[in-house]
Amino acid sequence: MLNAAQTAWNATSSVLRTIGMTFMHTFRKRDTILYPEEQPYLPPRYRGRIVLTRDPDGAERCVACNLCSVACPVDCISVVKTEDETGRWYPETFRINFSRCIYCGYCEEACPTYAIQLTPDFEMGEFDRQNMVYEKSDLLISGVGKRPGYNFYRVAGMAVGGKDKGEAVNEAEPIDVKTLLP
Amino acid sequence: MFGLSFDQLLDIALTAFETIAILLAVVIAAALLIWVERRLLGVWQDRYGPNRVGPFGILQVAADMIKIFFKEDWIPPFADKTVFVIAPAIIMFTTLMAFAVVPFTETIGVVDLNIGLLFILAMSSLGVYSVILAGWSSDNKYALLGGMRTAAQMISYEVFMGLSLLGVVLLAGSFDMRVIVESQAGMWNIIPQFPAFVIFLIAGCAEIHRAPFDLPEAEQELTAGYHTEYSGMKFGMFFVGEYLGIVLISCLITVLFFGGWLGPILPGFVWFALKAGFFVCFFVLLRAATVRPRYDQLMSFGWKILLPIALVNVAITGAVVVAMA
Repeated sequence: MLNAAQTAWNATSSVLRTIGMTFMHTFRKRDTILYPEEQPYLPPRYRGRIVLTRDPDGAERCVACNLCSVACPVDCISVVKTEDETGRWYPETFRINFSRCIYCGYCEEACPTYAIQLTPDFEMGEFDRQNMVYEKSDLLISGVGKRPGYNFYRVAGMAVGGKDKGEAVNEAEPIDVKTLLP
Repeated sequence: MFGLSFDQLLDIALTAFETIAILLAVVIAAALLIWVERRLLGVWQDRYGPNRVGPFGILQVAADMIKIFFKEDWIPPFADKTVFVIAPAIIMFTTLMAFAVVPFTETIGVVDLNIGLLFILAMSSLGVYSVILAGWSSDNKYALLGGMRTAAQMISYEVFMGLSLLGVVLLAGSFDMRVIVESQAGMWNIIPQFPAFVIFLIAGCAEIHRAPFDLPEAEQELTAGYHTEYSGMKFGMFFVGEYLGIVLISCLITVLFFGGWLGPILPGFVWFALKAGFFVCFFVLLRAATVRPRYDQLMSFGWKILLPIALVNVAITGAVVVAMA
């Protein structure tokens, strides 16, 4: 009998407490962000719209190596390579189909020159699916993105554009393999 | 005309006007409740709820109505077509009929039946048909299970609902709703009849199968219960019917336990609306806060706890009334 009374009291007080606690939520802060008027905070590493960045000299960073295209799990990147007169590689076309892109960031991880980067911007809605296909001119920005001061060809040991082997930053003189002198 | 005098015709016209006005007011209130419930649930879940369409999102109701009217109104080929169509109309009909005997103020109210309370109980009993016929005619196992649960739940909880009201009737000495309100001029029934109020609140909640007693439409196990196969405006009628039920139970609590239109300073109608509105909000709070019991828990709670309390309440009230007389 006492046990039953205890159970009844516990059950009743538990329900009443639940109702009271729920009611107290009236005075809590709302968790919702009223989106178009109020912009949400996007962290700097947010994986949003993909851009192609430039090096500090204003030249394109992309060398059309196609690693991003290979890394892409949904095959949404398509690159066609071309060369300039100094032997430097460029993308002739660089096309990203954003209606396929899943914003995984694998392309950014794969890129050896920090050219392709994901930015904190997601407002890319379109009424026409065809408009979701971004060409190189849409992707290329005039800034350096997340890597200021980085220029691939200044640190890479490759002879290109008048820079010879051994002239890169922190690069040792090339070893002459045909001589026996130390 | 028909051998009626001008005064009689005027009387008929006024009654008809009053009836239509109450009907419209009640249905509009029920439709607005869709918005009120969504906003209040938002408040208690730390979000905003619909706040875009019109001021404070109040036109969300209009948008929902337009949407539901343009939806495909599909009747499954395996359904019993006639019953399938009639079922949602029954719940609207019985709930709206029950409003006929609710006295809103000293003067407003469609009819003063001397068996008003019995009429409401009868109408809410008939409401069971809507749900069980909907479940049966859908020819769908989930719908049928939902309908069966509803039948058991509503028939059980009607017993306690009726018994809890007997105390109020004993105190007022009448089944007439208007007399019941007037008998509370000295003291609202909530004080002498507190156990009856609690039982009526719980049983009323179960009667209109609202959360936490929404077993007939328990989403987790029965998809949408008895209205699984319903779409378009037929579903809309079940939907509005449920909100009409909330308004009705809130009005009944106001009339039976909280002195109806009685109150100082403010006009009677404002008092009635305030009291009824408070209980509407309370029902939404119940939905936001409480969890759904299991079916056997629901039944044993009703028959093993509510029934004895209701019976003891009737016995004590009767003894007190006899002793005082």
